[in-house]
Amino acid sequence: MGSGSSTPHHFVLQKAESAFKAAVLIQRWYRRYIARLEMRRRCTWSIFQSIEYAGQQDQVKLHDFFSYLVDHFTPSSHNERSFLSCMFTEKRLLKDPEMEKYCDYESIEVPDCYTGPHLSFPLLPDHATALVEAFKQKKQLHARYVLNILHEARSHLMQLPNINRLSTGYSEEITVCGDLHGQLDDLIFIFYKNGLPSPERSYVFNGDFVDRGKDSIEILMILFAFMLVYPKEFHLNRGNHEDHIVNLRYGFTKEVMHKYKVNGKKILKMLQEVFCWLPLATLIDGKVLITHGGISDKTNLELLEKLERHKIISTMKYTKKPEKEKLVEEGRSSSPWFPLKSRSVPSSPLRLSPQKGSRSASIPCSFIPNRKEISKRVRKSVQLELEKCWQQVGFSEFKIQEELPFFPPESELDPCDLQGVDYEEWKQVADILWSDPMPQEGCKANTVRGEGCYFGPNVTEQMLQKHSLQFLIRSHECKPEGYEFCHNRKVLTIFSASNYYEVGSNRGAYVKLGRDLIPHIVQYQANKATHTLTMRQRISRVEESALRALREKLFAHSSSLLGAFKSYDLDGTNFITLSDWSAAVESVLHLGLPWRVLRPQLVTHTTNNMLEYTSWLDDLAKEQLSHENIQSSLLEVLYRNRSNLETIFRIIDSDHSGLISFDEFRQIWKLFSSHMNIDISDESICDLARSIDFNKDGNIDINEFLEAFRLVEQSYLEDKDLELKNSETSHSSCSSHGIH
Amino acid sequence: MADDKDSGEMRLQEIQKKIKDAFEVFDHESNDTVDVREIGTIIRSLGCCPSEGELHDLIAEDLLSQVSSRMVEEEEPTGYIRLEKFLPMMVKVLLERRYRPIPEDLLLQAFEVLDSAKEGFLTKEELVKYMTEEGEPFTQEEMEEMLSAALDPETNTIQYRDYLAMMVIDEN
Repeated sequence: MGSGSSTPHHFVLQKAESAFKAAVLIQRWYRRYIARLEMRRRCTWSIFQSIEYAGQQDQVKLHDFFSYLVDHFTPSSHNERSFLSCMFTEKRLLKDPEMEKYCDYESIEVPDCYTGPHLSFPLLPDHATALVEAFKQKKQLHARYVLNILHEARSHLMQLPNINRLSTGYSEEITVCGDLHGQLDDLIFIFYKNGLPSPERSYVFNGDFVDRGKDSIEILMILFAFMLVYPKEFHLNRGNHEDHIVNLRYGFTKEVMHKYKVNGKKILKMLQEVFCWLPLATLIDGKVLITHGGISDKTNLELLEKLERHKIISTMKYTKKPEKEKLVEEGRSSSPWFPLKSRSVPSSPLRLSPQKGSRSASIPCSFIPNRKEISKRVRKSVQLELEKCWQQVGFSEFKIQEELPFFPPESELDPCDLQGVDYEEWKQVADILWSDPMPQEGCKANTVRGEGCYFGPNVTEQMLQKHSLQFLIRSHECKPEGYEFCHNRKVLTIFSASNYYEVGSNRGAYVKLGRDLIPHIVQYQANKATHTLTMRQRISRVEESALRALREKLFAHSSSLLGAFKSYDLDGTNFITLSDWSAAVESVLHLGLPWRVLRPQLVTHTTNNMLEYTSWLDDLAKEQLSHENIQSSLLEVLYRNRSNLETIFRIIDSDHSGLISFDEFRQIWKLFSSHMNIDISDESICDLARSIDFNKDGNIDINEFLEAFRLVEQSYLEDKDLELKNSETSHSSCSSHGIH
Repeated sequence: MADDKDSGEMRLQEIQKKIKDAFEVFDHESNDTVDVREIGTIIRSLGCCPSEGELHDLIAEDLLSQVSSRMVEEEEPTGYIRLEKFLPMMVKVLLERRYRPIPEDLLLQAFEVLDSAKEGFLTKEELVKYMTEEGEPFTQEEMEEMLSAALDPETNTIQYRDYLAMMVIDEN
């Protein structure tokens, strides 16, 4: 530093120095900004994942609850029996002539006013292309053609082996796609970018074509059409969502009934018969194994090839062979069927093992020995409940079997065929469809999903060596980049539904394999809107969505939260520290989220670092409820369980009429809530049932009832869409997308 | 009110929990380690604003369990950082209030220094040149991302006052 001399040389040096310093400053600041964005992005991702998996756990609990009912009650009157059998067993139409008759399409006439695509059979490539074009223009395929395609698809699939073997010698390049989940835009984009299927262009779609997105049936039609047109080049694997029970919860059933009001039931029934015939896996050049979920340490390809896959209608429910004993859960079976009071719901996938760092912990199995004790206790309380319910609705008295196991002789359940497969075989398939890879060595039950396993790198290695494979391709998990390698690049996850959680949440990807079997990945994001957004705007948008979902969950647990907060506020001051807030929230929600990191977004008004929790809960409520502002804990409980409710409704509504009887609802809700430890009085249930029986005819219209909750969500979504549109047209970056 | 010592203790605990939470977001294997390449993100998200050089020193000196005898300047550190090492270091950093964020007016001055013509904006070329050649240069990705938000496509310039104002709102 000179002492005031101002030679040009010196001046330049000073200037250069300051330019350097200025640049460093700006770069420092910018990198911090990016880091904070990155943190927000990660948190947003974990929010979505935890909520998604928590929902899946609910589903499993629900089914376990129903299975328990099936196993433990002897219906003693015809009414009861038909009620139970309608709910819990499936009428299999095994015989072809019967099914042909029920799902007959030839008698369905296509009216002149129909503007959608016309198909003739056998299908030609032009038909398949026409389908794609028609769906792009939002046309709907007529039910007759849908059923026809399903019939043809089934006939074709029946000829395929359980494990499809392909060769790159036949068609030089094979493109493998992952989950699509009803997102037609992504499928259209893949065909646009990669080309339509043809004899020179092979495709493998690795399951989960349906559910969640709104165009599941259209995707199925396109996929089946190409499969029929190019049978040697176009291949499908079954996913865990190709399953009517999963469809009940995750939207496909609803979509079909909504789009096909007259013939929807037929289509749904037919779909069951098609899904079960989908191949379980694909093998390329004998070197690359493609399954939807993954593998387990018990995966046995020989067994998989031999079993009768079409007998497994659903991997969510194990239907026994009549002469076999009741299912005995082995050490590593799926999560305990009964939600024990003392045990919390497994937390998010970010926390795989309950003891951090421990590698061999297997979670639920230690409870198995106590099962009998627990089931005795449970049975007693349920018996009392049931008796009350049956009495209220006028059923005659009934008895509960004292002995376990119970299994109704076939003759009593006439139209129901309970033919199934061995437990071992069923488990092989469940593992293939539901498992996830994990970084730790070993293999343990997948408690997050409730089915399948977590498999470690050693399991992969064993599998590869045993069958001389090079690597595995699987799907089943959403990844931010649309794909992810793990297990030393021996396992590739490929996920093709972009923007899965929200617009901008993730990319989709597909992988191409040539003769050299080296994977080439192509990524995309099928929504033009995201391209005009900066990273900040994209992250903000997705984050908004995640936070909204999280606030909803918080609201849904308001009473428990209040209780937890109070336990930290022993002096009754109405204030708790922010640290206690974090602890309390985790103890109630069990989502395993980084609450302290998320806190600034969820708690905005604090005094002296303390939170007035009652007003915070009030604010949550105001946000969540419609203008009617009904404040009742009952509503909160319903809201929290609305997915479960909807699933229950749809199961009860076995003829898919959209209506269930008042009494049916009451009984089931009562049983369900007592098992899920929801504290609800008898009176409230009756009141509730009465109030949702809107026209007092003894029937509840499912859709009307759920509409009330949907309206709240819908108005949020509309607002957000509007905001996005506004931000696109005006170039100025919007502070409206900033964090609160 | 609570004892000073007690509240100091509580504050310490709270800081530790905060650090642990942030750390866990990147602990993919749930075994209390994170990839060293994510450390910068974690430290910055906890409120600090170190330069790349400062970050590099932090990692080399305090964190890496195996440090080569002479760490070359340009070398990218690799490996994993354990929580048990990270936690005490980070607590110290936070308690000593090191690497404080940059006040808005100072940032503005920095832009003005680069704005040699004193016109109130930078051309795209100028910004790119400074950010990718001076200081601790941006990668191409970083440059593109900054431009996507900062650049006014009609004039191909960066109106830095407006840009700063917008970023500040967003941060809060």
